[in-house]
Amino acid sequence: MTRLTLSRALNEGLRKALENDPKVLIMGEDVGKLGGVFRVTDGLQKDFGEARVVDTPLAESGIVGTAIGLALRGYRPVCEIQFDGFVFPAFDQITTQLAKMRYRSLGNVTLPVTIRIPCGGGIGAVEHHSESPEALFTHTGGLRVVACSDPVDAYAMIQQAISCDDPVIFFEPKRRYWERAEVDIAGGLDAALPMSKAKTLVAGTDVTLLCYGPMVKTCVAAAASAADEGHSVEVIDLRSLAPLDTETIFESVRRTGRCVVAHEAPVISGLGAEIAARVSEECFYHLEAPVLRVGGFATPYPPSRLEEHYLPDLDRVLDAVDRTFGY
Amino acid sequence: MTVNDAGRATSADSLPYGGQPESAEFIQLLTPEGERVENPDYPLEISAEEIRSLYRDLVLVRRIDFEAIALQRQGELGIWASLLGQEAAQIGSGRALGPRDFAFPTYREHGVAWCRGLDPVRLLELFRGVSHGGWDPNAHRFHLYTIVIGSQTLHATGYAMGVQRDGAVGEDGEAVIAYFGDGATSQGDVNEAFIWASVTNAPVVFFCQNNQWAISEPLERQSRQPLYMRAHGFGFPGVRVDGNDVLACLAVTRKALQAAREGQGPTLIEAFTYRMGAHTTTDDPTRYRLAAELETWKLKDPIERVKAYLVRNDMAEESFFTALDAEADELGARIRKACREMPDPDPMAIFENVYVEPNALLEAERDQYATYLDAFEEEVIG
Repeated sequence: MTRLTLSRALNEGLRKALENDPKVLIMGEDVGKLGGVFRVTDGLQKDFGEARVVDTPLAESGIVGTAIGLALRGYRPVCEIQFDGFVFPAFDQITTQLAKMRYRSLGNVTLPVTIRIPCGGGIGAVEHHSESPEALFTHTGGLRVVACSDPVDAYAMIQQAISCDDPVIFFEPKRRYWERAEVDIAGGLDAALPMSKAKTLVAGTDVTLLCYGPMVKTCVAAAASAADEGHSVEVIDLRSLAPLDTETIFESVRRTGRCVVAHEAPVISGLGAEIAARVSEECFYHLEAPVLRVGGFATPYPPSRLEEHYLPDLDRVLDAVDRTFGY
Repeated sequence: MTVNDAGRATSADSLPYGGQPESAEFIQLLTPEGERVENPDYPLEISAEEIRSLYRDLVLVRRIDFEAIALQRQGELGIWASLLGQEAAQIGSGRALGPRDFAFPTYREHGVAWCRGLDPVRLLELFRGVSHGGWDPNAHRFHLYTIVIGSQTLHATGYAMGVQRDGAVGEDGEAVIAYFGDGATSQGDVNEAFIWASVTNAPVVFFCQNNQWAISEPLERQSRQPLYMRAHGFGFPGVRVDGNDVLACLAVTRKALQAAREGQGPTLIEAFTYRMGAHTTTDDPTRYRLAAELETWKLKDPIERVKAYLVRNDMAEESFFTALDAEADELGARIRKACREMPDPDPMAIFENVYVEPNALLEAERDQYATYLDAFEEEVIG
């Protein structure tokens, strides 16, 4: 076992992917000598060369568009979008081309492209550096969308995403890049949970708290606080946002009878809305309370001096948990 | 203004806003009157048999186009994007491709599809609405039609970057060609593709069919300068060719592809042509352009000049033209029949080929809809 930051765990995962498959390429802005602005690709260009770890021109549509072309040629590109708010120039290529190519070709073409996006706020950044655009991608058929929350998952899931034959949007929790954990980078991934499965982090009996990415740490802490107040909260890290592991979600909610979904993204039309609807349909007679959502407001992301109000913190999560006991 | 070997403009680099360049300012090997012209930069050794073969392609793709328009009028196709007037640009460039080269088309490249051996009936699937394309791009080295304007130029460039990584540049190398129109040159993706291709020296040829009209918008809405000149700013050669001259399109594309294969990087070819028909069958060009313009371009028809050349030089007997007419009739009949007989896909096909790996939520939706449909059948039977 090695103690690694989440950023380093991704780095080790990328390194393994580059070692294991000569078709894997890394491409993005500043991913070479600089090692990426979050150092996720640190040292990889030095070890694997400029043809495999590619510093691209500064244009996100170009990064994804050329990655599609490379994938058509048999390569397995991993694109880095430097910040969440910069994925939008590539949104056209992702949604009109990458997501649909297999469908349009009646299965003749597969595009195993991974798009890494550092997401979320909480680092005091300027505008466009703190967005949570996941629902825009989960709404698009043909994409898989996943979010890692800790170094162990980061290491395994990035490799699983790269080896997946479908296009994968891979969200990395920006404010958790420096969190540390023991990661087994010596062994293989055989024992790792499949990327499509949710993971129950805290077992509980009274309410199911669903979260992913940067909110996982907050929600685990909230469960500990709730336990002090006598509420047993089950925390599930969704990990896969598209498709959702509804089996794990429904099994839990049917036991607990209550459900709260937490994400940094705006509540309105967010992933929580989809989950709430599905839980209502499938767990209706088990529910003691409506599914509650806690997340960002229906506003643009605020200036960073206000982000602590915008981002759901431990107290706002606990508030939602408490409210489910008020019905 | 003249154009040198590298395709660089040597004088009068810019035109006044809205100015249309003179038609003489391009590479031409066969005049509209059917006179052969030599160009020392583009020598073309070509036999009578090869010219007859090019002529056959031109005639047959025009026939495919004619049939498809008729099928749309009869309600058999939802829409059709006509290539009328652009046959020479497509057949000339398409025939320049080697078997290992790879083409990335727009939705109008029916002539290039023909050159790549794709059955025209496959094209109709898309316009009839039974698939979004669906052919195997690798089988024909011809990518799917791309409808979003300019997206495919980045795919072509990325593919060419893969060719480089595979070591397939140099002697016996492979090249990639990206097709797009004059309107697409305003898209970010096309400009990004130029940048990527330039800085990576990718083996890609950018083949722009400047048909003068982006639906209703004339070229001066897109550019103050002749389009081929843009290449200079990106750091690679640009050349303009008479897009209605199949011989010139063949020679110019051949040279650019060879340069790409040998590792000399990209070239922008502007094929100066004219969209003689509507943008698509839903368009009405009488709302935005004058009939007189079409009349002047009819005099530059890409097919008539080849016929004139063949006849004048005794390169084809009357029997050749008669046989070709019969072949076109036969092709037309086959297309009409295949189109009318083309079945709608099974409703469950909606759910197929979305993902490679299992997706439980999608499978649940599929099963739910299948059960829903079955319920109607039971009602009918019951």
